Parts: sequence; structure tokens; C-alpha cells
Amino acid sequence: MTSSNETASHEAVRRCVIAALRDPAGIARLTAGELDLTLRLMRRAQLLGRLAWHVRAAGVHEQLPRTARDALVGALRIAEAKAHEARWELDRVVWALRDEAQVPLIAMKGCAYLMTGTPNASGRLFADVDLLVPEADLARVESRLVAHGWRGAEVTPYDDNYYRLWTHELPPMSHVEREVEIDLHHNVLMRTARFKPDASLLLANARALSGTGLAVLAPTDMVLHAMTHLFAGSEMPDALRELVDIQDLLRHFGAHEAGFWERFWPRAVQLDLARPAFYGLRYAKQLLDAPIPAEVLRASQSARPPAPVLWLMDRLVPRALFPQHPDRHSHATSFARSLLFVRVHWLRMPPPMLARHLSYKFWRRLIQPREPSSA
Amino acid sequence: MMASEAGPPRVGALSSAEWSERLAAGRVGVRMGPFDVRLHVAVPSIHAPLQALYADHPMLDGPRVYSCHADLRHTRRLGRPARRNVRFTVDGIAPHEDMPGAQALAVLEWGVNLAIAMRFHGFLMLHAAVLERRGRALLLPAAPGFGKSTLCAALAHRNWRLFSDEFGLLVPGTGSLLPVPRPISLKNQSIEVFRSFAPQAHLGPVIPNTRKGTVAHVKPPAESVAQSELAAPAAWVVFPRWVAGVPLGLEEIGRSEAFMQIATNAFNYEVLGSAAYEAVREVAAASRCFRLVYSDLQEAVEALTALADEDDFQ
Repeated sequence: MTSSNETASHEAVRRCVIAALRDPAGIARLTAGELDLTLRLMRRAQLLGRLAWHVRAAGVHEQLPRTARDALVGALRIAEAKAHEARWELDRVVWALRDEAQVPLIAMKGCAYLMTGTPNASGRLFADVDLLVPEADLARVESRLVAHGWRGAEVTPYDDNYYRLWTHELPPMSHVEREVEIDLHHNVLMRTARFKPDASLLLANARALSGTGLAVLAPTDMVLHAMTHLFAGSEMPDALRELVDIQDLLRHFGAHEAGFWERFWPRAVQLDLARPAFYGLRYAKQLLDAPIPAEVLRASQSARPPAPVLWLMDRLVPRALFPQHPDRHSHATSFARSLLFVRVHWLRMPPPMLARHLSYKFWRRLIQPREPSSA
Repeated sequence: MMASEAGPPRVGALSSAEWSERLAAGRVGVRMGPFDVRLHVAVPSIHAPLQALYADHPMLDGPRVYSCHADLRHTRRLGRPARRNVRFTVDGIAPHEDMPGAQALAVLEWGVNLAIAMRFHGFLMLHAAVLERRGRALLLPAAPGFGKSTLCAALAHRNWRLFSDEFGLLVPGTGSLLPVPRPISLKNQSIEVFRSFAPQAHLGPVIPNTRKGTVAHVKPPAESVAQSELAAPAAWVVFPRWVAGVPLGLEEIGRSEAFMQIATNAFNYEVLGSAAYEAVREVAAASRCFRLVYSDLQEAVEALTALADEDDFQ
């Protein structure tokens, strides 16, 4: 499946990216060619803004060549602009729901990091505003937002049904005057998924952010959500950034949140998210050197998959996580991503439903040629 | 052709065979103002036109941090080259669908514009042509079809220094504009108008049927390219509009109106937020602002030159 050339190029990509993540200031010591590749890879992995933030914080910005400085400044500006947009969108959502103050409104993922100022929020490029509300309030929240100018994305009736009946979110919404997309969730995994987290447990432990009208998931749950998103619900192109989130959060909460590690594994089991948590811990440790107590890693072995599955995951995940070399398309990486894509769908729905869904999607694709995508 | 002084060699200094070989292998970069663009062009038909249009540009070689890696190649091996589509990618990602091979040169130029506009938010990027005279910059902000590029090409061939026909690169906090001299893209009738206005200028191949109509590129003057490092503060903002058969009109307008028009013409005003506001305010405050209506290119050039030469910068 892999030629030795391809393996060498993948190894070079991995070294470059890991070095830039572990020691951002170290990019000032790279040769011009190494720095060029590092910046291109970090851009591709949506991590250039983060790198820019750390390079500036470390005070080595001025030591870089002009073209590198311009690339980093540009990426940081975009990240800051997106964060600014997201804050405003959250502000407007809270305003639109001001008469529903009893409905808990939980900011998740990028918005949660932004609102709580976790270390991974710095320079993080994020796309959507993810919100969680109790399922019982979902319809009321949706109609309130519609009354204030938000509109659901135009989707086919099939997709609308798919979202509402099977998934854990509504079709994405955006305000008519703005471009930010809101994903309104009532859980962290699809209704049809193999694992069944109880959303009421997540809501019960959520923490209000005083003065904002918003709440965020408890630290354990925030990390478990990130792990679940990556290993049971996500598509691969943003995967490295998500693992970086996980690593940053583990490091941060492990050091600053009393009792975090004692609560972590029992909570994963309680939420039925032990398997994604096992993978999250394993690869955050293995690939990004996340500091995880030995007893937590030991406890997580209870959710270890069967040996052949783990053998395969250990080969696929590192391949799929790291960005493609921009000049050398890797078939091994594409193949690994396709297999993981299939795996995620397998976990998302029972086989008959999956068959029905895929045949519909295949049919749509036949009659309606696909949008051009990246090379 | 310019003799190369100290610094990197010029694109035009290579033999056409060597240029073509390096371009096809992705072993060449071109410095365009602050941007170092790596080129990998596996479309041989545009190698010679590219070398002619960029002849005076500094050529870059070897490993370095490039602003972007632009790649243009045919999508399929079947069929005659001119009938095949080309795919533009920047750092391995295709930002848009494949385009007809006959438009390859325009596709590459637009692709590089797009990559710059998407990335370099350290600059406020105004959608404006910019030229310099007497050490001061003239901005010509305008929507497509208003005769901005034609006027820009004409001025660049009448003792104005070309900064750009597309990007007003403003460095926030300095009030200064940076040159990005590149080939000027002319459309439809303006190609012939310009040809008769400046018969000595070099034009690239005429490319019909693009999504912007017929397109041809004007080689930027050598002196403009040679002085790409030299920034200039804004002194004049002119909103041009070409209208058939009208007498020339050059009317001074208020700064607040100019501010609004400059701001709405920027590519990345929203990204920069308050820094963009400050930068545009500075430009409007430092400049005299005008609305220009013209039908005759010669008249418009004379009016703007007179304006620049009469101002005493008090």
C-alpha cells in the first residue's frame, strides 16, 4: 500500500508538523526550505494561525524572512476576524433568546474554547458556531431564531429529514445579514450512533459563564466531546487540529482543574464514550505527547478494541491525521482517510440505515455531478 | 531588456529553453513586489508569453519561503493540448474548477491574484489600480468595467510608475502603498484602444471567451518593476468611469464620500476591522479625492498628470 518514497515523504511531513507544534519558536532555526514546507503544511492543517500566535508570543517573529512573517500575520488576522465574528454571533443568539432565559444555551467546540480562553483558542481558525440545547427546547429555540432573521440552509427534503430524524443537530442555520453558520445540537452524537451518550448528563454538569447568557460543558465533557467528534463523528481533513485541541485541553485541565483526571475516565464510561476516549488518549499521547497519568491510560484499556482493529487503527490514524505533502499526493493517506470515513459511518448508523443512506447519496451524485473539490 | 544589476537575475536573462525547462519542473520563482511566487507550469504554450510579460521581474531560485506555490497543468492526457482543461492549484489545493486550456495564461494570473487576496491580511488590499508620480501615489479604485485598468496601463506608459492595476496594498499604520507590479489585464475594446495609445508597449496573447470577455496582458514597464521596493504615501484618490462620448469631467469630492467608496472597494476590510478603518481614514485624510468621467484616454492621462504636477503638497 505504500512505496518507500511515499513513506519517506510522510515521515518528513510528520517531523515538520510535530516539531512546529511542540516548539513553535523553533521554526526560527529551520532552513528556508524546511520553513517553507512547515508553513505550507500548517496552513493545510488549519494550524497556521495557531503557529503565528505562538511565534509572536515567543518573540521570534522578527527573526523570520519577510514572506514567512507576512504569511503568519495574514493567518492570525483571519483567525482573529473569525473569532470576532463568532463572538458577535453568540451575542446575537443570546439576544434573540433573551425571553427564553431558562433554556440553557451551551457553546461547544471553537466557541467554548473562545469563551473560556483555553490555550487552544489562541489563533484557532474555526468555522461554525456550535450550540447545544435540551432536545425538548430545540423547536422553541429554532423558531425564536427564525423569528429574528436566521434561516435554515436550503437542503433537500431528504436531507432535512435526515438531520431531524437521525442526527443530533438541525440543518445549519445562518442569519440573513451574516455568513456565520450555526449548528444547533441536542446531543454530541447522532441518534442512530453505536454509542449513546445521555445528553441530560452533559446538561446537568454544564457551567454557566457569568454575564454572557451562555454555558459550556464541564471540562471532562468538553474533552470527551472533542474526542467523540474526532473518533466517532468527524471527517478527516480537520482531524489534526482536533487532536491538537484534545492535547491542549488535556494539558490545560490536567494542570488547572482540580480533580480533572480522577473524574475523567469514570465520566467517559458513564457517558458511553469510552471507546472514542480510548482513542483520544492513545493518539494524543502517542503523536503529540499529551501528559496523561499512567493510571488513566491503564483504566482506558478497558475500552480497548479487539487486537486486529487496534492494529489497523494504529496504521490508519497517524496516516490520515497528518496533512498531505502539498507537492506529493499520497495515495496511502487518501486510502487511510477513506477507510476511516467508512468506519465513522459504520459507527453512526446501523447497517440497513447506512445502506439506504449511501444508496440515496450515490444516486444523488449520479444525477447531479459533484462540485469540484481539492486536488 | 534591462541589464541586471546586483541582486537576483531577471526572468528575461534565461534562454527560453532553460526558462521553459525550469517552469515545467517547478524550479523557478518570480518576485512580485512583496510576494515571492513559486511557479510550476506544465502548460508549454504559455511559457514564452510568461517569460515576455515577466522579463524584467527578479527571478528566484532554490529553497526559500515562498508566498505561494502556484501550479498549472492539464487535467487529462487525451485530446489536443489547446482543447484540454487546465487545473490551477495553490499549495496543492484547487480553489476553483478546471478552466479551458486556451485561457491558461489568464487562469494563472487570476489564480495568483486570488492566492494573494486570500492570504496576506497584514495589508489592507484595496481593489484599486495604483500609480506613482513625484513620490506620491494615485489610487484608482473602481469596480470592473469602469476603465480602471485601461487608464492604469495608459498612465504607466506616460511617466507614471506602475504599482498595480488590481491591488492597492496599504500597510496599516504607515499610510504607505506598496508596489506589486504585474502584467496589467485589459479587457475587450480596451485592448485595441491601448494598442493605438501606446504602440511601443508589449502585449501578451489575446485570449478570447474568458468569463471576463477577451483578455490581453500588458507587460509592466521595466522601470516600474526595477523600483518595486519603493513605497509611496497616498496623495490622490480618483474614482474613474469611462463613458462613451462624454467630455472629460474631473470633480473634487468630499473625504467622507471617498472614504465610503474606498472602504467598500477593499478585498479584506472586514478581516482587518478597526485597523482597516484607520488605514482608509488615513488615506482619505492625506489625499485629494476626485470623480473622473472620461471617454478619451489621452485627455484623462493629461488631466491626471496636470493634477499631480500642479499640487504643491502643502
